[in-house]
Parts: sequence; structure tokens; C-alpha cells
Amino acid sequence: MTDKPSGLFHRDRGWHPPALTPLYKTSVKRSPAAAPLAMPSTLSEDTGPVFTRDILGPQDADLIHNFASDGQSAIGPRIIVYGRVLDETGRGVPNALVEVWQANAGGRYRHKKESYLAPLDPNFGGCGRVITDERGNYEFRTIQPGPYPWPNGPNDWRPAHIHFSIFGQSFGQRLITQMYFEGDPMIWQCPIVGTIPSREAIETLVAALDMRRTVPMDARAYKFDIVLRGVRQTLFENRMEGM
Amino acid sequence: MVQKLDTLKESPSQTAGPYVHIGLTPNFSGISGVYDSDLGTVMLGGAPKGERITITGRVLDGTGTPLRDALLEIWHADANGIYPGQDGADADVYGWGRCPTDMDSGMFRFDTIKPGSVQNRDGTPMAPHVTLWIVARGINLGLHTRMYFADEQAANDADPVLKRIEHQVRVPTLMGQTQGDGSYLFDIHLQGPDETIFFDI
Ligand SMILES: [Fe+3]
Repeated sequence: MTDKPSGLFHRDRGWHPPALTPLYKTSVKRSPAAAPLAMPSTLSEDTGPVFTRDILGPQDADLIHNFASDGQSAIGPRIIVYGRVLDETGRGVPNALVEVWQANAGGRYRHKKESYLAPLDPNFGGCGRVITDERGNYEFRTIQPGPYPWPNGPNDWRPAHIHFSIFGQSFGQRLITQMYFEGDPMIWQCPIVGTIPSREAIETLVAALDMRRTVPMDARAYKFDIVLRGVRQTLFENRMEGM
Repeated sequence: MVQKLDTLKESPSQTAGPYVHIGLTPNFSGISGVYDSDLGTVMLGGAPKGERITITGRVLDGTGTPLRDALLEIWHADANGIYPGQDGADADVYGWGRCPTDMDSGMFRFDTIKPGSVQNRDGTPMAPHVTLWIVARGINLGLHTRMYFADEQAANDADPVLKRIEHQVRVPTLMGQTQGDGSYLFDIHLQGPDETIFFDI
């Protein structure tokens, strides 16, 4: 019989940001005080919705054009972001839904609650999505977002970043994270980046400039791999089935 | 030195931030024309089996203030306790929903059917429940919890997850409260004396 998911690797909570991180002030009143209750995953976490390519529109993976008027395009340095969605065992995750959102090249979001004085780009919406292929590969095109100030300390700035939401094969793998850009000095000043306990972990969120994937006279390329929790594929499957 | 294990580390989580709606529910956030509709707004096809239910509630911070910028996703089985994608699942029960909290009231709402009992790994039944995942600005790692149904007391009393909770006084934080006519209220408290139980799955 073929391998079937039978449980998730437990999460290394020391690798992730803790809930309470006072330098990121909003976490103070939004962080549970009790320890989360440990339990082995059940079918409720091992299963998850399946997304198919028929949900995708032709421009969903092209943020340069998906909000732009006909013949127009978003302002800013054009980039390709590509990589693989893997699990902790190194397997590519096929059919993973990757949803992204970001500020425009000036660091401004298209959102009612956004107050930064940098202007909106009429041709940039700021969202895109893609589904990984059978090996876990994904790719989209966008413009490089700008850094922006945010109300936390008196003078805190976010490094340039792209938000990522990833749906793997099971609901328990659900992950939201952010991608940063190689060489950005602002990464090391940011209280949100600083919620991650180790420099080693932070560096796994920094995308590498890849000149070989660049399209000359068009777009530079950044490589960003994402790792989801591992799904156990056990030899006990036959026994499980018989129970 | 020993050989290296062939494993990778999970990508560390970062907060969804205040603008999560741009990415996950752009039409709700006023960005129209990119996607036809927001994913996860419709949870049922034409003829799902089971009792129609509505789940509403708020996500409250440690001061009791509802979050107006949170986003929730839920996942549940069909009326027979079979998850979408498993053999024999009800094709009209999608099982997955996504809902931002209202920007004024902080309310969320899911319209779906009441799930049946799902088998635990050891073959024992779990009480009917809905799995929830909550993200927002200020939440560094998405929070997993479950909503059980307060009107399923016998099943709840036998539920293997609920039974293992050391502080039984907190079990009511996982109960959706019956409001009549298939409506359940489930407030999620991030902090404070009524702090909801979250799971480290
Ligand atoms: Fe951001």
C-alpha cells in the first residue's frame, strides 16, 4: 500500500518566535499566557483542503500586471521570486497554495488603515498567488517592495519584505511568514524580525539574489525556499487501516 | 562528528501583520478585479447532508477588546465524520472556510453544517468539533484551537482530547454555545481569565 500521511512532526517551538515578544508591542496583549496544550496530530490536523489550478486566473502570479490598467504596469524594480515548498524531510510539496502580499515600491500598502505618506501606485494591488508543481516549485513576478515605517517604537521601520501564506497537504502545516532580501541592513533593526530567537533561523527567511535566473533587461531573480512541517509516512499504515 | 540527519528546519513563522486581508481576502479589503472572489467564503455545495449551522464569535485581546484585524480559518469533517478528500466524503461539504473579523464589530461568521464524529488515531471516536486557526497582527505564530459543541455533552465527556486537559476548569473555553436555530457562539480569548485553550499539535 502507498504511504499515507499519519501524523505531523512536532513543531520546534524554540525555533519559532514565542507568543510574547515585548519589543513587538502588539504581541503583549495578544499573546496567550498559558502554554499551548501538546497533543499528537489527529485526522483533523493531518487532512486539509486541496486547491486546484482552476481557482487561478491567468495573471494571479504576475503582481506587475494583475491590478494594472491595460497597457500599464506597476512601478518599481521588477523581480522574479521563485523557489520550492518542501517539508522537513526534504520532499517537495506538490499542489501547495502560496499566497503573497506586499507594499508597493514606495513602501505603501493598498489598505484603508494604511497611513504612510508614500503614494499609492494606481497600477499595483499587492496580492498574488500560485500553486506549486509536482516537485514543489513555484514562481511569481512582482516589483521589489520598499521599506516602510510602522507605529511600534518611535522610529521603527520594516525591511523590504513579502508576506507568504502557505497551504501544504494538511491543516496542521498551515504557515504564514515573510521573505526578506539579501543584503538589506534593515533586517537586523526590525522588532518583528527580532521576534525570531536565532540569527540562524532568521537567515532562512532571507532570499538570495540569483543572477542566473535573471531575465536580462527585464527582471532580477530571488530564490526563496519554504519549509513546512514534516508529515510522517510510517510503516504502521497497514495496521492503522485495520483498526 | 556523526553523519548529518537528512532533515530541514521548518521556516520560522512571522506575524500575518495588519494587512493580511490584502493577501488572503483582497475583495474584502477593497482590492477588486484581481481574484473573482475570496477563497473560503462559501463552505457548502448545493445539497450537503447534515444540520445547517452558523458559527459566530469574536477574537478578544487581554483587555477584552475585539480584534478588528484578525483572520480565521476553520476545517471540519462532513456529517459522517469524513474529511473532504477521504473516500466517501460528501462532495457538497467543502470543510474549509476563511473569514476576516469585521472591521467595525470584530465579528466572524461561518455558515456550514455540523460535522460528525471523527475517529482518533487509535480508532476511538472524537466528539464533533471544528478546527480553527487564528492569525493577526501581534500573533507571531498562528494559533490552533478547536470548537466543540456544548449540546454534545455525552460525546464531549468521552472525547480523548478534552479528557487529557489537566485544567478541566478551562474546558468550557472550547465550547461553542448554542444560540438556538443551529447557531453557535464561539468567542476566542487570547489572554485573561477566560483564555482559550490553544494546541501545540
Ligand atoms: Fe508588511
